[in-house]
Order: sequence, then structure tokens, then C-alpha cells
Amino acid sequence: MAPATAERLFGKSIKRREDPRFITGRGSYVDDLKIPGMTYAAFVRSPHAHARIRRIDTAAAKAHPGVVAVFTGSDMKGVNSLPCGWDLRKAKNVPGVVQDLAMVPHMPLTSDVARHVGDPVAVVIADSQEAATDAAEKVRVDWEPLPSVTATEKASASGAATIHADAPGNVAFKWALGDAAATDAAFKNAAVTVKKRIVNQRLVANAMEPRACVARFDPATGELTLWVTSQNPHVHRLLMCAFVLGIPEHKVRVIAPDVGGGFGSKIFLYNEEVVCSWASRQLQRPIRWTASRREAYQTDAHGRDHVTEGELALSRDGKILGLRVKTVANLGAYLSTFAPAVPTFLYGTLLNGVYTIGAIHVEVTGVFTNTTAVDAYRGAGRPEACYVVERMVDAGARALNMDVADLRRKNFIPKFAGAFQTLVAVTYDSGNYAAALDKLLQIFDYKKFRTEQAEARKQGKLLGVGFSTYIEACSIAPSKVVGALGAGAGLYESGKVRVHPTGMVTVYTGSHSHGQGHETTFAQLVADNLGIPMEQIEIVHGDTGAIPFGMGTYGSRSASVGGTAIQMSLDKIKEKGKRIAAHLLEASPKDMEYANGQFQVKGVPSKAVPFGAVALTAYIPHNYPEGLEPGLEETSFYDPSNFCFPFGAHACVVEVDADTGKVKLLRYVAVDDVGNVINPMIVDGMVHGGIAQGVGQALWEGAVYDGESGQLMTGSMMDYAMPKADMLPNYETDRTVTPTPVNPLGVKGAGETGTIAATPAVVNAVVDALAPFGVDHIETMPLTAERVWKTIQAAKARR
Amino acid sequence: MYPAAFEYHAPTSVRDALGLLGRLGDDAKLLAGGHSLIPMMKLRLAQPKHVIDLRKVPGLTGIKEDGGTIVIGGMTTHWQMESSPVLKSKCPILAETAAMIGDPAVRNLGTIGGSLAHADPAADQPATVLALGVEFVCEGPKGRRTVKVDDWFKGLMSTAVGEDEILVEMRVPAWPAGSGGAYLKFPHPASRFAVVGVAAMVTLDKEGKCTKASVGITGAGTKAIRAKGVEAGLVGKKLDVATIEAAAQKAAEGVDVQADLQGSVEYKSHLCRVFAKRAITEAVKRAGGK
Repeated sequence: MAPATAERLFGKSIKRREDPRFITGRGSYVDDLKIPGMTYAAFVRSPHAHARIRRIDTAAAKAHPGVVAVFTGSDMKGVNSLPCGWDLRKAKNVPGVVQDLAMVPHMPLTSDVARHVGDPVAVVIADSQEAATDAAEKVRVDWEPLPSVTATEKASASGAATIHADAPGNVAFKWALGDAAATDAAFKNAAVTVKKRIVNQRLVANAMEPRACVARFDPATGELTLWVTSQNPHVHRLLMCAFVLGIPEHKVRVIAPDVGGGFGSKIFLYNEEVVCSWASRQLQRPIRWTASRREAYQTDAHGRDHVTEGELALSRDGKILGLRVKTVANLGAYLSTFAPAVPTFLYGTLLNGVYTIGAIHVEVTGVFTNTTAVDAYRGAGRPEACYVVERMVDAGARALNMDVADLRRKNFIPKFAGAFQTLVAVTYDSGNYAAALDKLLQIFDYKKFRTEQAEARKQGKLLGVGFSTYIEACSIAPSKVVGALGAGAGLYESGKVRVHPTGMVTVYTGSHSHGQGHETTFAQLVADNLGIPMEQIEIVHGDTGAIPFGMGTYGSRSASVGGTAIQMSLDKIKEKGKRIAAHLLEASPKDMEYANGQFQVKGVPSKAVPFGAVALTAYIPHNYPEGLEPGLEETSFYDPSNFCFPFGAHACVVEVDADTGKVKLLRYVAVDDVGNVINPMIVDGMVHGGIAQGVGQALWEGAVYDGESGQLMTGSMMDYAMPKADMLPNYETDRTVTPTPVNPLGVKGAGETGTIAATPAVVNAVVDALAPFGVDHIETMPLTAERVWKTIQAAKARR
Repeated sequence: MYPAAFEYHAPTSVRDALGLLGRLGDDAKLLAGGHSLIPMMKLRLAQPKHVIDLRKVPGLTGIKEDGGTIVIGGMTTHWQMESSPVLKSKCPILAETAAMIGDPAVRNLGTIGGSLAHADPAADQPATVLALGVEFVCEGPKGRRTVKVDDWFKGLMSTAVGEDEILVEMRVPAWPAGSGGAYLKFPHPASRFAVVGVAAMVTLDKEGKCTKASVGITGAGTKAIRAKGVEAGLVGKKLDVATIEAAAQKAAEGVDVQADLQGSVEYKSHLCRVFAKRAITEAVKRAGGK
């Protein structure tokens, strides 16, 4: 694969090349753009959770000084609904799957009914942000408030307000996977069954940079340039041009410059960039919009929001015989771009966990409510699955009076290198689950902890440990597979390697870096392959004008899918280079190899042409092979044959304050297997951030709607509790390495493992801390101090 | 988020500031550290047509001793209080409370006068100043007047300062030898405001008997209050574990506990009791007891 160089960079913790500009305030974010003639947009949004729009009076707003235009939905003629890119109705031939989907419309500016607080109904465009904001307050909307429903379990209750005419009972879809008959039989015959209600609460993504866009239509060329905080600019372009605005795709350029985090929330095509793009073409002026944090909370796609009934069937000696899961998933008021896939094919397919299970069946009902739309958020379906599995396994161990680590180990799928067919459609790529737990227990002295815990309990101190032996599916995805499941897109990735005449290299990747560090890791990969210094390599991402069609960055796919596309192009470059060098050396291309930055006759380093000389020759082809085209650049599209499945074992130690219920994290140990690692420092960073988000969900975060009014009660970081550095211990992290056979790099993917593993590790630890009171479960997250305190009081009362 | 348009004034004397306040009346808001007012203006929850910035008015900052009393200017920042050698040695509870407010950026700009005039129900200093028994000096067109802290907090974000007055000074009485105090809070996990905050000041005589006790509670209700029921359970008694526990049971009395996302009435009342116990216990330690 990669030739030996003076120093192999793959596997080295090279400092990130993008960081100097970020930490010195020289990044270029969408909001930094200054364009002559720029106008500013302010959106008028519904203050009601559910209301009919009787009339919108824009006269006063239009008359406000500095206002250029005011538009409502009825002005946007010929503009279609924002599309939902995953149609469950097209899921064919998957055993046990029930497919159904109410494909309801989602207009960029709703004109009939507003369906959640923050739903945009009008836009004011003015020559200053202040004027736009002031004028927006002058737009008079005649609202007819309607009853609303926000709670996941109340969406389909009889009498609940109907949100979409095409979705009676607010049911968006019903979906199922697995073997219902086998599962029922397993439960009938099981010695022990455990049933738990599990609430995986709604989260706000909280990327540091709020969403923003600048749309500039150039009347001279008829071209529209859209700068937008997107994780996938080509997808934005395709969806907007082909599905919503009906404008020619080749006349639109979408640029995602520096983007400050996404975690999934910047994948989707949103109302605002569509409205600004449309309006820019109408007004022939550039238009800028940046979300306030409050707007971000109301409109960035939320995450999670499942209510689940989980059941586990076990034999007396601790074998897991069956898992039955019934979930209601809240989709919010509209279908966001990926939304139907997240609580179905990204969720149900991970319920096998790392365990050998006798039978599995899962049913999911997706429901509409008067809330912000829900879609992929770091982990996207897999954290929800891991949470169910790891909580049920924990509860199962307690029901059997068995050690929680022992029960897990007893049921681990044995080590395998090639493939493991799960009961829920997917085939795992490679795994060694016991090794990860072994390594964890080398770092975390479990026996010592149980002794300390016993001592602490004597003094009334509530210490607890929680484990999470997780697996997840990333590197999405094989196009044919997801197409068969209803995806409206392929999930390959593009990678173009352009060698310049002077031997410098520019790589154009369809992946997008909004925190991942691709400018560094991809350069490491290229430097290793070509034996040239990283300084001679430029990584370009985020511009549809420069880059072949790519699907973007999410689902921990960039190193594995994006990196492999680049690898394929590097291989083609080297093949062509061998032909050029062979010609120059009067040798046969079959006798050539590439090593140490030069094309050489196999085993004869003295008979060689350096990379730079081959590059120059390719562009000045005077002494050149007959029939070979000049130039040295190659493009590849890599469509993976399977997902990849990182796995690992985490342990978390907490102390619960018995008087207040407040949970303090004392220790967090993570062992992760992400396959081969390009840059250990970056992977560690991914794990750190992911753990923070996973812990955040367990203990502090939660988007809360008022049941009566439908108002978003947690409207900002004053009420929505984000994890902060002083709330977290220093993590101890380590790795096992089980390369994936799926791609030539052996890389599985690392971006979401921390978030997926951490949440159940923390909750399991709190349950363990409260075990002396007879507590074996806490239904709802976050585990606020009050919730934990009430759990203790209730448990005491039961005794 | 952009505030509604406003006129900005920066008077350079108390007299000029009062003049502006008198002339502009309801249309004006005083600006001290700005960390309560400006966020509200950005959210358009407050839309004053005029903002009168006090930061250029001399003579309103500083921490001085006047006999046994400590005099603190209204525009003194939380950071100045947190780091004041006078407070650290003569009235440490005030310095410690200041250190728990918000974060360093907030403390560098936020002021004691601004905080106490604004009277956010979850602010920290209201509990401590109630426990200390301070006095406030308000200056208006007719001159200065003194208001006792027990008469200061009227209702939700409503204090005794007049519409045409500026809170210019806080006067902290000396506590006798054998006194100790502590402020402890249960912070809101998001905002770090006090879900419940309790300040306890006690004085012990040479036999360890409590001769004076003053307990302020903030966070749980619509305004900070003196927990008179708790105090009654302490004065005249030796403050052992059982006595403190018994007295602390009264902590929620007189608090109009508000349920919200951080806690039910039941839970917040419980926190009042827990933190009363903890604050008194710590105060006793610092008073030289146990």
C-alpha cells in the first residue's frame, strides 16, 4: 500500500494545519463575508407552536427605512417543498420490514399553518441587519392559534391536534425489523425477562457556529453563488436546484468555507438558504442571513427523542435469548432531509450490539409533533440503539444478580476477521469485543473499585461504576444497500488528486471538514503515498465549483470513504507515473515500483525517476510514451461495499450526593477500536468531544417543550445545560486496533464513538451507585439532581 | 440579536446622571456592568429609549473602611470585591460570594450596585447582604437616604430604590468577634445562577453558644428573604449537629418557592433545608466553633 518513506506519517499525531488560522481568529466563516451591495435578511417566525395563518400584512415593514423587500410564502411561486431524501416506501425486499411514510410537504415559508415555534413565515430584506430586525417586528401576522401537541407519547393520542392532513393520528411511518415469531418464542421460553421504559431525550446540536448563508445572484452571468454552513455542499446544491427551486444545477455554486462544527445539524437543506437563494435571484442583490443562537435552538434539526419499551429475555445462567424493542420516535413538525432513516435503518440495525442474541424484533412508529424537526445528530440512531442495548443488558444482569461485566463478556460475539451476520440485516466487518473489554480492565482495576465502593457505602457515600461495551455502524454507506432501503442518494465519495507540473499536489475531496481536521489527515495519507512533504500538498474541500460530486461529511465516513477515494486516485497516479518513468528509463512498466518518492526499477533504487521529474514530464510530454495522454491527475469515486463497525468498552465512575442527587463524574476510561488510525491526536480529540456530548446527554442536556403552550422552554444556553470543562474529569483513553477489511486503509471511523458509548456508561454508573437502595433503572434522561434525588426517595419509600 | 435603537448617555457626575434620570424618566435605564441589562436589550425584552451609563461617574467605586463599617461603592465590580484585601480579611463572605457569580468575564464588569438594584431572584449577593444586615444609600434629586436591607427586596426584581435614584453605596456593619459566615449554593447547571443559595452568619460566645444568627436565602423564590424561622432555631443555643439540622428544617418557610425546569416546589424546598444546614455548619466552623 503506502511505500516506506523516511518517516511514515500514517499513524502519527501531526499537529493540525488548520488550527493556526482558527486559533488566531483568521478563519473565514460565512458570517465573515463582505460583499459589495450586500443586503441582510431577518425572518419572521411563528411565536405559536401551532397556528393557522389568516393573513400577513407586510405594508408597515415594507415602508421601514432601509427595507428592500418583504416576502411571504405566497410570493414564492413555482418553489417546491424542501425534500425528504429518504423514502421508506421504497424499502424493498428487506426481511421483516414494514414500509410506510407520510411524505408531507415542507414549504420554505409556510403560508397555511405554522407548525412549531420558530417556523418561518416571512422574510425581510434590508440594507442593514438592524433595519431588517426592526422591520421584521412590523410584519403583522393574523394568527389563529390551534391546539398543539409536543410530547412524543401524546402525538397519536386520540384528540391530539392534527399537524398534517396526510398523516392521520400524526403517524409519519410504522417500521419493523427482525423476526417477530422467533422473538415471541424466545420470550415464552425464557427463565427471566426484564422490561424497561427508556426515554432518550431530545437534544439541541449546539454547534459553536450558528447556521448562516450568503446568496449572491450575478445577473451578468446568471450564476448563483451560495455560501452556506453545510457539511455537504454538493447535496445542498442538488436538492435546492433539482427539487426546490428548479434552477439549473450547473449555474449554481455552493461553497462551505470554514464551518464551526455541525454534528449533523448542518447536513440538511434548510428553509433559510433556500429563501435567500430564491430572493437573491428576485432582487439581484446578495443576501446574508446568520442565525441568532435563539433561532438556532428553534430551527437547527434536533436529535434523538425516542420513547422505548425494551424487553430482554435471558436464561437462568445469563445467555441473552431475545430482545424486543418498541419505539416511538418524534420527528418534529416536518420531515427533515435524512429524518426517516435515523430511527429506522440507523437504529434497528444496531440492536444486536456486540452480543450473540437468540432473536430480535424491533418496531418503530415515527410521529409528527409541533416541535422542531428531528434528524441526525452525532451518532444518528446508533446512540439510541446502544443506549437501549446497554441499559437492558445492565438491567438483565441485575435481575439475575450477575456481575454487569461478566454478563457482557459471557454473551460477546467471539473474535472474527471477515464477517458476522447480525439478526438485524447488517453484517459486521471485523470485531474483537473481548479484547477491548480486557484492555479496559487492565486500565480500570474493577476489583479494586468494588472494594472501594463497599468501603464508601459503609460511610454513606454513593459511588458507582457503569460499563458500555458498544458497537456502531459508520463509514456510510454502500449505495445499492441504502438505495434499497429508501435513500434518495448514493453514499459514495469523490477524491481527485491533481499533480501540478512542479510536483505540488492539490487534492479535491467531496468530504468536508468542519472540525475533523481533514486538511491534516488527508495530507498525511497523500504524503505517505507519494513520499513528498506535507507542505507540498493542499487539501481542497467545500466548493462545488472545484470538486467532483461528493456526499459530504457525517456518519464518520470521511477517513474511510473519502480517504479511500483519495487512495484510489493516488494508486491511479502511481500507475500512470510508472508508465511515464518506464519510458524515460527504457524499462517496462511491469518492472517499476514506487518507493521513497521515486519511480524505480523494482529493487534498483539507482535506476529511478523522482516524482517531480515525472510530474514535469507529464505536462511537457516531449519524451513520452506513445498513446498516453499528457497530464497527471486522477478522479475516483469510491462506493463502499459495507458499513464499518467501530466498537469498544468504556467505564465511568460517579459519585452521587445523597442529599441533593447531584451526580459528579470522578473517572472516565475509554477503550475504542476504530481500525487503523491516521492521526492518533485527532482521534483522541474526536473521542474527547464525543464523550463530552454523551455525558452531556446523560446528565445535563435536554430540549424541553411546554406541554400546554408548545413553547420551547430551553430556548438558549441559559436553560439548556451544556457540558463545560469543569464538569468533566480528565479522560483516560486507549485503543485496540482491528483493521476493517472493507477498505484498503483499514480505517473504520471514529467521530461518533464517544457520543454513542458515553451516555449508557454514565447512566449505568448512576444506577450502580443507587443499587443499595434497590434501584435498577432510571427511565428518563438527563439524570438531573432532582431526578436522581426523587429516585432515591421513591426507592426508600418502597422498602 | 440586535437591540432596538436607543440613545446613549455617559454623564460624568452623579448630579448629571440624576438630571438625566429625572428628565427621561420611564424611557431610561441606568447601565452599570451591563451583564443583566444588555442581554435583555439584545433579546428585546428591554427596549429603553435611553441608556444612562454610570461608568464615567467618579466616586462610585471602591471599598473603604469607615470605623468598623465597610463602605462599598455601587459601581464596584464583583472582581474588585472578590480580590479585595479588606473584604478578604474583614468580611470574607462577601468576597467569596462575589467569586461565585457567573464567570470571570461577568465578574470583571458586573457591579454590586447593579446586581442589587436589578435583584434577579437567583442572584447570589442578595442572600449574603441579607445575612450581613447591610444598609443601602440611595441618592436622588432630594439628596441621600439610607435603606435597611430588610426593607430592600420588595418583590420579583423590584427593590426600594426610587425611579429617580441611584444606588450609590452599600454599608456593611462590623460583626462582633466570634463571628463566621458562609455562602453556599446549588448552581443551575446551565446558567450557574443559584437554584438555591443560602448565606449564614453566626456569632458564638466563648462557651460556643450562638448569640446572633442571620440567614439569607436566594434562588428558590421570587425574591431573596431572611429565614427568620431558621434563625430562631439557632439563637441562644449551642450549635451542634442536631440543633443545626432542626433549625434548617425551617429554611423553606417564607420562601415562595417557584417550580421550574430545575426543580419542583418539593425539591427546591428540600434544597433550601440542605443548604441551610451546610451553610450554617460552615459558618459555625469559621466562627471558631466545633
